[in-house]
Amino acid sequence: MQEVTFGTVLWMTSAAFLTVCIFSFLYRDNPLYRFAEHLVVGVSAGYWIAILYHTSLTDLWIEPLGASISAFSQPGGSFAAKTGMLVVNIMPGLIGLLMFSRFYSKTSWISRWPIAFYLGVSAGVALPLFLQSFVVRQVAANMINPSDIFGAMAADLTILFSYGNITFLFWQGFGELIIVVGCICGLAYFYFSAEHKGIMGGAAKVGIWVLMIGFGATFGYTVMSRISLLIGRFNYLISWVSAIGDFLRI
Amino acid sequence: MAVSFWQKVMDIDRRWIYLVIGIVTFVPILWYIGMPVKVTPEVKAVFDKIESLPPGSIVMVPMEFDPATAAELEPMAKAVVRHCFARNLKVMTTAFMIDGVVLVERDLALVAAEYGKEYGKDYVYLGYKPYMQIVLLNMGENFRKPFPRDYYGKKLDDLPMMQGVNNYSNISCIVGINATSGADYWINYASGRYGAQLALGVTAVMATDYYAFLQSGQIFGLMGGLKGAAEYEKLIGRPKDVANRSMDAVSVAHVFIILFIVIGNIAFFATGRQKKV
Repeated sequence: MQEVTFGTVLWMTSAAFLTVCIFSFLYRDNPLYRFAEHLVVGVSAGYWIAILYHTSLTDLWIEPLGASISAFSQPGGSFAAKTGMLVVNIMPGLIGLLMFSRFYSKTSWISRWPIAFYLGVSAGVALPLFLQSFVVRQVAANMINPSDIFGAMAADLTILFSYGNITFLFWQGFGELIIVVGCICGLAYFYFSAEHKGIMGGAAKVGIWVLMIGFGATFGYTVMSRISLLIGRFNYLISWVSAIGDFLRI
Repeated sequence: MAVSFWQKVMDIDRRWIYLVIGIVTFVPILWYIGMPVKVTPEVKAVFDKIESLPPGSIVMVPMEFDPATAAELEPMAKAVVRHCFARNLKVMTTAFMIDGVVLVERDLALVAAEYGKEYGKDYVYLGYKPYMQIVLLNMGENFRKPFPRDYYGKKLDDLPMMQGVNNYSNISCIVGINATSGADYWINYASGRYGAQLALGVTAVMATDYYAFLQSGQIFGLMGGLKGAAEYEKLIGRPKDVANRSMDAVSVAHVFIILFIVIGNIAFFATGRQKKV
């Protein structure tokens, strides 16, 4: 077992104290809660800067820039290639620095350039793949051959009545049927160019039920998620008490 | 006029509910009951995939969680890495949530020590880089483009495990442990663009969103929240690890929440659905 030092106990106690500070909000808003909240924001900002500097800025910009400056100052090699590398490595830094123009109202408009650059690149990279992964593949997954669905259900019933065995193929087919019907009805609910009457109205009504069942499942999972986080904190508080016990050799 | 029982229920201070939920969650943590955890096919699929890989294969386990979501995803990540190490698979990890960078480092080192694994030879931690979608695309070409160095500042070429490992095509599968919309990026870029074999472990809140990708075959497995972690712990033969121990508390808390919902609805209808201010 790892030895519990005074430093461990000190840090664990700080974390336990901050946990209790955050929990105190459940009673009502109070200075301890606000202290913990502000501390998280402040510490996170400082931590992000340090991590970004050490894991991103140095190896992705400072080092390549230094290498290209060094290569540029060396004799020999293609001047055009060396200049090209230098420009390629200077540009990201320059574009990034433009973000700081936001600090002054008169120059803040310049910061739109790097934002526009980033948005343009992101949209260009994301759009074709997004359509493929989140639209085409999802639509294709709903195009299930009806003969597969009903064939699976019929096969299961045949086996059940002929041999008395359960294969669950029926439920597989039934599940696929629910996916197809649920998808069509869900889309019908969001189709506003036709009045929700007759077949359209019926489909839209089924669509609402499908959506509600989906929301219910999400709500259930959300409750589990929140309880899990509470358990995580309780587990931490128990380990803190245990660490103090180990430190004091109780 | 005397206030009815149901009106009193409607007027109850919500802090009493917080207190009850706190107590019923805390008590089962102290007294372990061991309620059964049923393994679902989507979690079993992840286990089976890792089980099917020959020793020495590389599994990428990106861990995108921070202290706020660690309670759900840390047990899951540890269980997957334990399984990989137990099968003598190599593990490559990233951490695209900046608040979780140190947590991931700690967890990896902890599990590696349990199995006597050596850094650089058996596992590699690439760390954090911003703009995840660009990084994922670049990793499809060469891991060295976004990560010239690992988290500890070592060049990837100097790490024995990374010899000849260039991009997703050299990775047997990816099991992304994810608390953010970064899961979409893995589906979109690693799986969609480069055809990497992908499974996801997500927070319970996110789980319903990703079943659609399981059905479409874009991911081969899915683990949702603490329940998914508990199932995986059970599969790897560690039924008394933290996720399984926590499932008692989850179950008891859920029973009480369902009770509260039922009582609240009865009270709502019994009091004539009066609008409360």
